[in-house]
Amino acid sequence: MLEFILFSCINSIIYGLLLFMLSSGLTLIFGLMNVLNFAHASFFMLGAYFAFQISTYIGFWPALFLAPMFVGLVGIFIERYGLRSVHKHGHVAELLFTFGVFYLIDEVVVLIWGRNPVAYKVPEGLDFTLLTIMNTNFSAYRAFMILISLGMFAVLFFVITRTRIGLIIQASLTNPDMVGALGHNVPSVFMYVFGGGAALAGLAGVIGGNYLITEPAMAQNLGPIVFVVVVVGGMGSLTGAFVASLLIATLQTFAVGFEVSISDLLAVWGIYPGEIGSFFEDILRIQISHTRGMLPYLFMILMLIFKPKGLMGTREE
Amino acid sequence: MNDTALFTKRGFIIKIGLLLAVTIIIFLLPQIFKSRFAHSILNQMGIAVIFALSYNMLLGQGGMLSFGHAVFYGLGGFMAIHGLNMVNNGTVPIPTELMPLLGGLFSCLFGLVFGFISTRRAAIPFALITLGIGELIASSALILPSFFGGEEGISANRWTDVTLSNLNFGHASEVYLLIAAWMIISVLLMYLLTRTPLGRIANAVRDNPERAQFIGYDPHKVRTIQFALSAFFAGIAGGLFAINYEIVTTHTVGMIPSAEVLMMTYIGGVGHFFGPILGAVLITFLQLILTSVTHAWLIYFGLLFIGMVLWAPNGLSGLIMLHEPVWKAGLLRRLFPSYAKAMVPALTIFLGVLILVEVNYHLSLSIDPESPMTLFGIEFSAQSAVPWILCIALMAPGFFAFRKAAGQVRRAWDEVTHTIQKGSS
Repeated sequence: MLEFILFSCINSIIYGLLLFMLSSGLTLIFGLMNVLNFAHASFFMLGAYFAFQISTYIGFWPALFLAPMFVGLVGIFIERYGLRSVHKHGHVAELLFTFGVFYLIDEVVVLIWGRNPVAYKVPEGLDFTLLTIMNTNFSAYRAFMILISLGMFAVLFFVITRTRIGLIIQASLTNPDMVGALGHNVPSVFMYVFGGGAALAGLAGVIGGNYLITEPAMAQNLGPIVFVVVVVGGMGSLTGAFVASLLIATLQTFAVGFEVSISDLLAVWGIYPGEIGSFFEDILRIQISHTRGMLPYLFMILMLIFKPKGLMGTREE
Repeated sequence: MNDTALFTKRGFIIKIGLLLAVTIIIFLLPQIFKSRFAHSILNQMGIAVIFALSYNMLLGQGGMLSFGHAVFYGLGGFMAIHGLNMVNNGTVPIPTELMPLLGGLFSCLFGLVFGFISTRRAAIPFALITLGIGELIASSALILPSFFGGEEGISANRWTDVTLSNLNFGHASEVYLLIAAWMIISVLLMYLLTRTPLGRIANAVRDNPERAQFIGYDPHKVRTIQFALSAFFAGIAGGLFAINYEIVTTHTVGMIPSAEVLMMTYIGGVGHFFGPILGAVLITFLQLILTSVTHAWLIYFGLLFIGMVLWAPNGLSGLIMLHEPVWKAGLLRRLFPSYAKAMVPALTIFLGVLILVEVNYHLSLSIDPESPMTLFGIEFSAQSAVPWILCIALMAPGFFAFRKAAGQVRRAWDEVTHTIQKGSS
């Protein structure tokens, strides 16, 4: 039991930090531009594929820097030549545009790399067991992932709170018109934040792609979860996104371990329902571990109904 | 169009005449196109028309962007398939003709519940809740096998003993008659709904919820009713889907059909009632024709959608209706030369994109990338540099020529609008 708790905690932290890397960019973009970027998880996927491609030529370490940079450039391009021109048609048009980009990137990835997963592997230098706790191995790559994510969090925190650029970003978050009036180029702030957010998602893809599987479905699998994180944390709030990432990750990781169903609970009290129709028997048979995929969405819907601001958000909508 | 046109005598007669003509054409179509493939296309088109129009009740008329509309399509389908199975077991005698109605009512019930939950605010919170509900239903589909049938779905036999007519729906052409009948009824009902006070208030709530509230309508209530009605028609489309394919799988409630209906509705155009019909017919046709020719249908679909969002946010119907005043003024001929000039570079660019996409698909997806590929009857090796050079040679000059031609189109338009304004003043 202790081993289960310990390793679920470690896995939650890794997964949570990965989610945070994705959602930090998304929540910043939303806070600044009021754009819910549907294609954000596609940048994550592009990061993984770019890293795979670069690492086949010149190895993993250059890819760690180059792949996020390329993804950031793709993001800047999309903002400059796509998003900016639909901005005048309103938020629904922006959402539709990013949805189209999400759809197209999925197809382009299939077009270039095929439908099957690609062999993007953990670099050899990190492919060893760092330590063994009880009977489970803890690989060096996981430690590396934690290190990178925490490093990124520190850098991001530093940039946002301690630099001039961060100051402008923070000001644009609360009052973009005023920032524009003071002579800053707000559209270009938007563009660089969009590119930066995409690059962060790309970095998450580089270190997450070989931890998970690099396949065309990865954007579809992770995309909605990232929305959940942003909504639960409060749109536009970085701290909220951090808390929500860890929360959702813990929820999902621990749910896998519990194979308890309603009928098990009833059996504890000595209740054994007889013939009640196959549909209700199905419901009684659902184990907590089966609901792993549903829990985040349930959480998000409840959050949107009862506390639309999210955990740490300051404004509705 | 004049709002009271429906109620003036002449307008009414014209509309009834139009309706009768379209009805006759719809029922004659399977006599003209007799192949099995044509019947399957027609059936899918009919279903897609109802589904897309029901989606436009949300996006176009209610201003609600939903990412989970297929939930109601799928639920209606599952209800209808269970209904067919129950009839075949002898549990309940529901005629096959009314099975879509059963699906519609079941979806409407869920639409009422989910609508109440999700429509408190429109725009982004609404989009997110529908996305969440979509994912929730899609993932619950696998853990409730008695209703959703697990991985393999639920199948049924549409050939039952209980029918209202003497059709037994053994052949696809008989199913077409059923789909066509339901399509005409649904399209008519949805059209009339846009003319009711509810339809008008839904538009008002879309444009300005606060004002609607000031004149005494609760936006949440209006949106909920609109949502439930839209779910009803999606359920009818789902029920027809179940009868047409005799199988419904968890795929039907998932993200992919939700995305498809959103895209085909948008491409058709959300601003006019006939837009989604146009989108559904066109996209279904292209989908079925092109998937047999190329792997890359989805990429062209995505490009078309993005192109529409960027350059024609009112969709195809918007583009068509843009020309209505010009047509009425009899100046359409003045626009054609500039259109023709823009068409040539546009086609050149498209040809370049097409070669690029097809060559890459051949390299990444075909069984043997080394084998020669054929495009428009020309056989060549995908590995050689020739197709790549050809792509660039087509796309780069095409791009510049297109920009020049676009300027000419703009000038022609300016001229035409100037003439119209001068004429009217």
